[in-house]
Amino acid sequence: MIPSIPQSRFLTASYTAYIALFFIFLALPLVVVAVFAFNDSQFPSLPWEGFTWNWFFGAERPMIGVFNERPILRSIGTSAFVAVFVSILSVGVGLSNAFLFNRYRFPGQGVLYVLMLLPLVIPGIVLGISILVASSRAAEGLWDLAQWDVDALRPGLTLVILGQFSFVATISTLVIAARLQKFDQTLEEAALNLGANRLTAVRTVTLPYLMPAMIGAFVVAFLMSFENFNTTLMLVGSDAPLTIAMFDRLKEGSTPLLNAVSLLLMLVSSGLALIMIFAQRRT
Amino acid sequence: MRTQAKLGLFLLLSPLLLWLTLLILIPHVDMLLVSLRERIGVGQYQTSLANYFTFFSEPLYLRTFVRTAVMSIMATAITLLIAFPVSYYIAKMARGRVRSALFLLCLVPFWVSELVRTFGWMILLRETGVISKLLQYLNLTDGPVELLYNDAAIMVGLVYTSMLFMVVPLVTTLESLPDEVIEAGYDLGGNGLSVLREIVIPHAMPGIVSGCIVVFMLSLGNYLTPTMLGGKDSLWFTELIYSQFIVRFNWELGAAFGFMLLILSSTIVWGMLKLTGQSLEKTMG
Repeated sequence: MIPSIPQSRFLTASYTAYIALFFIFLALPLVVVAVFAFNDSQFPSLPWEGFTWNWFFGAERPMIGVFNERPILRSIGTSAFVAVFVSILSVGVGLSNAFLFNRYRFPGQGVLYVLMLLPLVIPGIVLGISILVASSRAAEGLWDLAQWDVDALRPGLTLVILGQFSFVATISTLVIAARLQKFDQTLEEAALNLGANRLTAVRTVTLPYLMPAMIGAFVVAFLMSFENFNTTLMLVGSDAPLTIAMFDRLKEGSTPLLNAVSLLLMLVSSGLALIMIFAQRRT
Repeated sequence: MRTQAKLGLFLLLSPLLLWLTLLILIPHVDMLLVSLRERIGVGQYQTSLANYFTFFSEPLYLRTFVRTAVMSIMATAITLLIAFPVSYYIAKMARGRVRSALFLLCLVPFWVSELVRTFGWMILLRETGVISKLLQYLNLTDGPVELLYNDAAIMVGLVYTSMLFMVVPLVTTLESLPDEVIEAGYDLGGNGLSVLREIVIPHAMPGIVSGCIVVFMLSLGNYLTPTMLGGKDSLWFTELIYSQFIVRFNWELGAAFGFMLLILSSTIVWGMLKLTGQSLEKTMG
């Protein structure tokens, strides 16, 4: 059924109703999270006790707002720190992979490409525990061998970054490779004809062309890292990123503080995503 | 120029190889080795299949494993059934502005963390939650109803969380189906159902497969949704892995569990690809 094929009015109406219901289903959990951030009560549930900004700016107990809650602010900082590292690493490796698979033909390439896709079909929690096992075995080995205590191999931010990078790199590779595929290689050859060497040609012609994809990959990697839970849960040490910190609080019982944090998250991440979409549309 | 090309290849190959060996291959080999050893004394281990025997002989472990697999398959099927009409509407019925707006709206919930989405469902479903209050207000129930902490709640959470990963590949494949082909189907005497069966679904197959693979993987490996929305009896296999690793500190058994989960997910993904004649490169790459 497409618009150019006439259909009974009943069918069209029920189809539209279904679509409307679907979008209500999509919006409902987010709307309630957002609304209860402003409830003047200790619990994010009905009855409605009146409107307040306290869960954002409140400074005294029992209503300490997000902006005065140290542990939450610190965990946001931790998450951002991890996400920036993961994004930089993933975009760098993704760019290199994209060139490798696009420009070179070598034996074993097909196998490597499938291997490169594998992290997408490994459950995140399995990625987490395998890296946890490997790194602590490496740490034990180094200790037995030379009495070296390598802190980076113990659960902590380094492992969290590596764990998230291990699957985000696949995504960024795919995003950048998709754009490189569309690149007209004769443009690069023109630069070579005009006297540029290969590196200059890539830097001045190909990289600017890839820029939107690289920015896109960076934002996607940032968001995926910021939101990641499964892999992080297994590798986290004493500095908890935001998702882990919120999870711990949620287990103890929730206050509208969590709603306020969630609302801020929604605003920031949709803002980022919108910027990305507009950046891509302009080119 | 030959040596320069070789150098370039080497430079581009090394990050890929470092990433895949250090973060994917070696950890999984290590995990396999740890799962194959048995503790026989303080710091003493021997190679054995004991952990796998424990897995198969303990009904709780096996039951949780099978339950997780079955519920993930159900969640995938439900997500497909809900997402297909929506994707079709976005790809083929909606036009211009409306189409981009609807597509964007589909993406919005997934820019926020899964934790926030799950939290939203908790506020809706719990005993003092919005839906319970609404039912009381409408006099449909006498007292508060607890809708949280059961398998249905897990299912709602899983379907909601994975919706995007079904809608995006479906919309992409359906968009590439020309309207004329559908019209031709009707011209040749087909009705809505036969056109759907003979033209639309076969065309959308790559999208259906890649959507199903991702949704299945996400459901199987999910920890947050079953933990927050499920009750005491609705254990998820990832919760067993977590408790062996972090709570009981029995890494040997935990690693064996991890491997079972990996085998299960690879088998089902492989089976899905074989059944539909697709390949991983085509559906994912």
